[in-house]
Amino acid sequence: MTGRPAFSRVASADRTARNRYRRGRRLASGIAGAALGVVLLIWTLLPVYNMVLIALDDEGDEFTGSLLPQDPSFGSFRAVWTQDHWYLEHFWHQFGNSIFVGIATMVLTVVIGSLASFAIGRMQLRRGQLIGDAALLTYMLPTAILIIPFVHVMHVYGLSDSLWAVIAAYVAFATPYAVLILHQYGKLLPMEFDECARIDGASPIQIYLRIYLPLMTPALVAVGVYALLLAWNDYLYQFMLLSSTRNMTVAAAIDQFFDSDEAPWNYMMAVALVYCLPPIAIYFSLRRFTAFDRVHS
Amino acid sequence: MSITQQALPVGRRLTTVAIRRPARRGSLYGSEHAWAVAFALPYVVIFFAFVLYPVVYGLWMGSDPALYRQLFDDPRYLTAVINTLLYVGIGVNVKMALAFLLSGFFMRKGWWVKAVLVIFILPWATPALPAYMSIHWFLNGQWGMLNNVLYLLTGIDGPVYLNSHWMGLGANIGAYIWKNLPFWTLILLSGRMAIPQELYEAAAVDGASGLRRLTHVTLPLMANLYIVCVLLDTVFALGDFNATYFVSGGGPAMSTEVLATLGIRYAYTVSLPRLGVAEVMTALPVLIPLIFILMRKLRMSEQQL
Repeated sequence: MTGRPAFSRVASADRTARNRYRRGRRLASGIAGAALGVVLLIWTLLPVYNMVLIALDDEGDEFTGSLLPQDPSFGSFRAVWTQDHWYLEHFWHQFGNSIFVGIATMVLTVVIGSLASFAIGRMQLRRGQLIGDAALLTYMLPTAILIIPFVHVMHVYGLSDSLWAVIAAYVAFATPYAVLILHQYGKLLPMEFDECARIDGASPIQIYLRIYLPLMTPALVAVGVYALLLAWNDYLYQFMLLSSTRNMTVAAAIDQFFDSDEAPWNYMMAVALVYCLPPIAIYFSLRRFTAFDRVHS
Repeated sequence: MSITQQALPVGRRLTTVAIRRPARRGSLYGSEHAWAVAFALPYVVIFFAFVLYPVVYGLWMGSDPALYRQLFDDPRYLTAVINTLLYVGIGVNVKMALAFLLSGFFMRKGWWVKAVLVIFILPWATPALPAYMSIHWFLNGQWGMLNNVLYLLTGIDGPVYLNSHWMGLGANIGAYIWKNLPFWTLILLSGRMAIPQELYEAAAVDGASGLRRLTHVTLPLMANLYIVCVLLDTVFALGDFNATYFVSGGGPAMSTEVLATLGIRYAYTVSLPRLGVAEVMTALPVLIPLIFILMRKLRMSEQQL
């Protein structure tokens, strides 16, 4: 009759072995995860760190080649602030142009996109799905492919070297996304709201202003940020459509640095860092309107 | 880069789509209909003036067959086609595979995984231009950071990366992956999070191992989203201009140009806009079927995506 105790001893030994195995596995997976996390951080931050390092270097033409900033200097940022180099002469004016393009794109996209999605979603415009198809098609059009004819068309319209040509391009490329997202989001609102208001004698424009817009606020913010970042992040259209220094945006002006061999790299990286800040700030402050937040919560 | 790609992954970004014919609730009254038309009008005007007209103008510019003969005689064009195929093929697929794996990693619990995710988003929030310029200097042969690290660690002088065709092309692809990986990881992550946890629990009760849960639960449910992402990113990568223009600059000796950058070089460096348009239009035989499939997929599937 020794079988039973022996059996239970085996079973318990088996259990401890299994527990140890599990703990070992968890530890191994924890270490692997941590290693992956470190690799990801390095991969992500290297180019950003590189930017900071060059910007903090005092002599743009003679990079020391060290990995830590040796006597870091904010001279390049000061030069950007005071526009103290002939490349930087119009920097803040050009920064203003960038902001103007971004804000105008945002406002026009939100207004035009919300009107269109209100017409096809809420007012059920006949053949509204054609507008949806046009939007989807435009959304999938690679914009770089359209640039050459676009520049010609802007000449035809008399919009050469005009900020409005750039704004027109971005509004044309951002509204499709706005229409699609707003239409999708608008489906979540019951149609009864509109019907009640209509019975009470509200005109379509009142329904749009008093009911549709307030209820759609989160989606409108998301679409507005999308349009703003699209305008801020693009380079090609600003570079191709703007030619005079006064009308250039920061993105278009940076190309002058890029073309020149004697350009001060540290100034350029300082400009790049300053230019990076607004979208990063907007992104992190408006996280809750993006998928990122859903991931986070 | 297609500028549309900079999208915030707003809510259900890829859920978009499908504006179906709404259920009729009696037709609009005359005045209501006029209002609806007036509301839709600004968008229609924008579409015709700034999308359709340029498209038609482009088709007209590139309609001369002689342009294509000139194009096919240019050896640089063939190089650009091969580069584009490699760029799109490797760039899109490697990135999507990584995004899929990383989306699994970010499903882990723990504050530090979330902290890594916050930082991981950074490339996507950074404008393309400064980011790619930084990568360009990072790879500089004389004083770039990469060769400095290499010298410190091993004592050997690294190569001049951007002077080689293959390494230049590789750098462009790497930069494109660096910039866009976070975005697609987020999309796939939200796709993964939409899978009900009960499915995994049921599979675990039935004795499915981790690998089998992956192949029998995650993969089938993610397949559609994954395919749509791959197709969409293929369209975006085909039109990507920034990575090639700023990282390798198309060099050395125009050997790393892709279709998007070579077309613009034809149009503005050599002043042959029609040849540039024709060059870009040779991407249409690939682009149109892709867009057609995507239209069908996005219009029909109003579900998760």
